[in-house]
Amino acid sequence: MGGKKVGVLALQGDFEAHRAALERAGAEPVLVREREQLTALDGLVLPGGESTTMLKLMRYEGWMEALEEFGRRKPLFGTCAGAILMAREVSSPAQESLGLMDIGVERNAYGRQIDSRVTEIAPDPDFERRTAPGKLEAVFIRAPIIRRVGAGGKVLARYQGDPVLVEQDRHLVATFHPELTGDLRVHELFLEKL
Amino acid sequence: MFELKSEQFRVKVGLAEMLKGGVIMDVTDAKQAKIAEDAGASAVMALERVPADIRKEGGVARMASIAKMEEIMRTVTIPVMAKARIGHFMEARILEALGVDYIDESEVLTPADEEHHIDKTDFRIPFVCGARNLGEALRRIAEGAAMIRTKGEAGSGNIVEAVRHIRTIVKEMKHLTILGREELVHEAKNLQAPLELVEWVAREGKLPVPNFSAGGIATPADAALVMQLGAEAVFVGSGIFKSSDPTARACAIVKAAKNFNNPEKLLEASRDLGDAMPGLDVAKMPESELLQTRGW
Repeated sequence: MGGKKVGVLALQGDFEAHRAALERAGAEPVLVREREQLTALDGLVLPGGESTTMLKLMRYEGWMEALEEFGRRKPLFGTCAGAILMAREVSSPAQESLGLMDIGVERNAYGRQIDSRVTEIAPDPDFERRTAPGKLEAVFIRAPIIRRVGAGGKVLARYQGDPVLVEQDRHLVATFHPELTGDLRVHELFLEKL
Repeated sequence: MFELKSEQFRVKVGLAEMLKGGVIMDVTDAKQAKIAEDAGASAVMALERVPADIRKEGGVARMASIAKMEEIMRTVTIPVMAKARIGHFMEARILEALGVDYIDESEVLTPADEEHHIDKTDFRIPFVCGARNLGEALRRIAEGAAMIRTKGEAGSGNIVEAVRHIRTIVKEMKHLTILGREELVHEAKNLQAPLELVEWVAREGKLPVPNFSAGGIATPADAALVMQLGAEAVFVGSGIFKSSDPTARACAIVKAAKNFNNPEKLLEASRDLGDAMPGLDVAKMPESELLQTRGW
């Protein structure tokens, strides 16, 4: 995996945690603050943070088309706010998104910060086969819930019955934060897709 | 004593991680909260009066009214923080019951206890606390704070104190990284902070929780300056709603927090903003009017 150039969109959010996780997983991470940086990348991570803030900055600086175009050619991995931005539909409330994944996402669906949690989830056997066996520690922070997964989507982990890790073609989304744990398997899975 | 690796503490720090690179704006009602959210604020801070008004009007400054906070929580989808008085653990309990996303145990409000800060380990809601130096930051973290912000001098529109505080914290952290173990014991004594946190900072070269800046940020350039100095996000209090064009200024400071390393984009963000809030010369203010000396 060495040498794979992976961008982390650094408009707002926990991009630094993703950069550190990607580095530990053996990739060459780059913080991406300008659209021109996209051309040199093999893949891009949309981090956690506030999706409304990121969306605002994307509009201010003309990122929407550039990211849609990038996503048609290269893999994207979105966590939490990043997953919201990649979804086809967003609810509670409805907001604009890149529509790169055929999923429907409800924002802040567990409630407020008091409902945030760290928990263990059992991933799909396919996830374990492609990475390594063992439960995943899942950190949910004011997390969204994926309410709909389109025909091409593969659910790689669930929590309380809802999909929390979904793959569709080259793209991957998680509603939790693997970048805030020591477990690198989700990042490694993404790197395998590049 | 709290545990840095506990699940509850990681969930608290987790939300602070999500706020990095963003702007947290003081708001007093739902209308202001909406303006802040639409401009791209990553969170809002609900309070009764912005610091500049507290300074001007005087009197006891308390937790905001419940109706105002509920209205703000209903109006925006971004995290809502609220201030409690230093040491006032029952205001904090009420904020916890209300379900705000973060509590700021803040020197901007009139302190309720001159000796004790709130035992923050005992709450399910995360806390942010102000600090002027490393010792103060580590004492707050030992009490359970999951985010630190510089105190600066709230309501002054003057960045000088925020700069002093972030520079002090960063310099004191750098100093620890070159010391030997026996020197750290002595340093823990000087800093009046727990040895295990002093050792943690010496090893990692940073605070164990996100380190934001507050107190005097009035322009996009101010926001970029404190981020250059090591702040990971900014709080803007009076700076937005005491300026002549709050919407334009709020947008501009959001852009500045993202582009703190890009002078051309900062130039664009700084155009056509109208007048900044009026500023105060902190050096000429009597000690009794300073907010930063509240708490220890």
